[in-house]
Amino acid sequence: MSQVSTWDSARAQEIIDAHLHLEGPAMPILHALQEEFGCVPEAAVPQIAQALNVSRAEMHGVVSFYHDFRREPAGRHRLKICRAESCQSMGSEKIAREFLARIKTDWHHTTPDGALTVEAVYCLGLCAHSPSALYDGEPVGRVDAEKLDEIAAEARQS
Amino acid sequence: MTKVFVPLDMAAKAMGADKVAAAIAKEAQARGQNVQIVRNGSRGLLWLEPLVEVETPQGRIGYGNVSAKDVASLFDAGFLGGAPHKRSIGKVEDHPYWKRQHRVTFKRCGVTDPLSLSEYESLGGGVGLAKAFAMSPAEAVAEVTKSGLRGRGGAGFPTGIKWKTVADTPADRRYVVVNADEGDSGTFADRMIMEGDPFALLEGMIIAGYAVNASKGFVYLRSEYPQTAVVFRRAIEILQEAGWLGPKVRGSNFAFDVELRIGAGAYVCGEETSLLESLEGKRGIVRAKPPFPAMAGLFERPTIVNNVLSIATIPMIFEEGAQAYADCGVGRSRGTMPLQIAGNVKYGGLCEVDFGLTLGEIVNDIGGGTLSGRPVRAVQCGGPLGAYVPVKDFDLIFDYEAFAKRDALIGHGGLVIFDDTVDMLQMARFGMEFCAIESCGKCTPCRIGSTRGVETIDKIRQGQNVEAEIALLEDLCNTMKLGSLCALGGFAPYPVLSALRHFPEDFHRKSVPAAAE
Repeated sequence: MSQVSTWDSARAQEIIDAHLHLEGPAMPILHALQEEFGCVPEAAVPQIAQALNVSRAEMHGVVSFYHDFRREPAGRHRLKICRAESCQSMGSEKIAREFLARIKTDWHHTTPDGALTVEAVYCLGLCAHSPSALYDGEPVGRVDAEKLDEIAAEARQS
Repeated sequence: MTKVFVPLDMAAKAMGADKVAAAIAKEAQARGQNVQIVRNGSRGLLWLEPLVEVETPQGRIGYGNVSAKDVASLFDAGFLGGAPHKRSIGKVEDHPYWKRQHRVTFKRCGVTDPLSLSEYESLGGGVGLAKAFAMSPAEAVAEVTKSGLRGRGGAGFPTGIKWKTVADTPADRRYVVVNADEGDSGTFADRMIMEGDPFALLEGMIIAGYAVNASKGFVYLRSEYPQTAVVFRRAIEILQEAGWLGPKVRGSNFAFDVELRIGAGAYVCGEETSLLESLEGKRGIVRAKPPFPAMAGLFERPTIVNNVLSIATIPMIFEEGAQAYADCGVGRSRGTMPLQIAGNVKYGGLCEVDFGLTLGEIVNDIGGGTLSGRPVRAVQCGGPLGAYVPVKDFDLIFDYEAFAKRDALIGHGGLVIFDDTVDMLQMARFGMEFCAIESCGKCTPCRIGSTRGVETIDKIRQGQNVEAEIALLEDLCNTMKLGSLCALGGFAPYPVLSALRHFPEDFHRKSVPAAAE
């Protein structure tokens, strides 16, 4: 997974400025900030609000509306496990529940060693290979205990 | 030089296609074989992915479920000449799953290199655009109306009428917005076309822009499809470099450009007004309609908002003529529908057919029944807001009106199959829970109703006043159906009520152990 930088408001301003020519630049800015810093920290909100000429409250509203925007960085690796109907039809809930117990964490939490953040996702469009998951952006089909354990082991080592 | 096709489709990658492609390249080099690996889209025979194909004088020979470990033995067997091997499925185009299809929207998907413009043009790409340019914009709109095409996102609204409204509304500028926020479980057709034939979608957007005099198009793609974004972004660049997009589209005086935007995990942004809010950089809150986006959409300008499949079908309609498209299908459901067969199913994949098959034919004949081998119990049609259909209703004809008559919807064409181990009370609960998680919060029936729905179903599960709670749940569903602002709250009751109606035994169990899920 790509390295994330620590918060730097001058760098953030560069990113914001680079997107101001777009029509409706807020979402591209938020994505770009999260790409750089691993999250959209609280400090970014007034800065984006200022640039877009909206209130801090409005900008806070936008950031907090979307599931994707994190307030603090995730673990070194991110695993999204699908919980939608198609994956449920293939037993995903049981597989995920047992996996979370094995790695001693819960949905939307990071393992204590900071290696792996597990997130719930509702459909990855891999429904013919349910259950499915996305590990650091790479798709995984026909997920089972063995595949999840391999991912967890790899996450711990890198 | 032998051409070997290994799909770049996300589903193929999920089953190891990248490793297979690397292994083939390495093995070919080690053996001194001259091989050109083409990363095509997927043909939709998804249960066979990774489906490797080899171009031979007899046609393209397929090898299904190939893993990197199989590669050496494929070379040993002489697969570069199409030789038999335990993974061989013979000529792909003779495969029954392929042969029964009527590929219109997906005619190139899986066949060509999705990022080769010359291959695109060699298989009819650009013909539709040229024919559209030969018409006046008003004639182009009329052509779409004549085809009978209805919005493939789920609502089934006639595309031509929407376009005419956009074209006829006075404005300083107009927009074309493609809804690629394909959030319904069991659907992946938008993803497949954007990975497998992205130029078709872009050509459709250009035609739409020309027809309504819009110069800017946006594609709003969900963030859950990161690989799709990579392919599609490249496709935009290629068309910009080739002069298909830009100030003079294909040398004409028509200017049109396209920008890809990525969502951020909100299911409700698949609702068109919520999507527009998100594009504008706001919370994805649903707008009250009217005004409809066709009159006041993105930045309050007249805006076409169409699903990926609707727009990707446009070039074929112009290429073959509107009448040819309208001649397929049944009743008011004209043309073809790319079915997506998913869940607990043996032959999961995408199968484009004319409207008019029965649900039973789709599930049993095409899908081959469940993967688990157990009996089918229910099929959810049309995503998380679609009804659960029991086996006794397998005579249902796949068309918009037939489904609506039985309180079901075909939606985006996704079918999720469940075997007899499914707990329908749990699925009903999930329907409400999902609505609660994804509600934008603007209207009360959806925001509060979904949470109350979860609580009520929990009481039913615990056996508390079951009859009274079921009556309450039905009443709540009715309020959500009639009182919600958009389809999220308005259709969330469909899976719940259909589960209740068709599988009452799951709601009337004497003592149910505490939530297993």
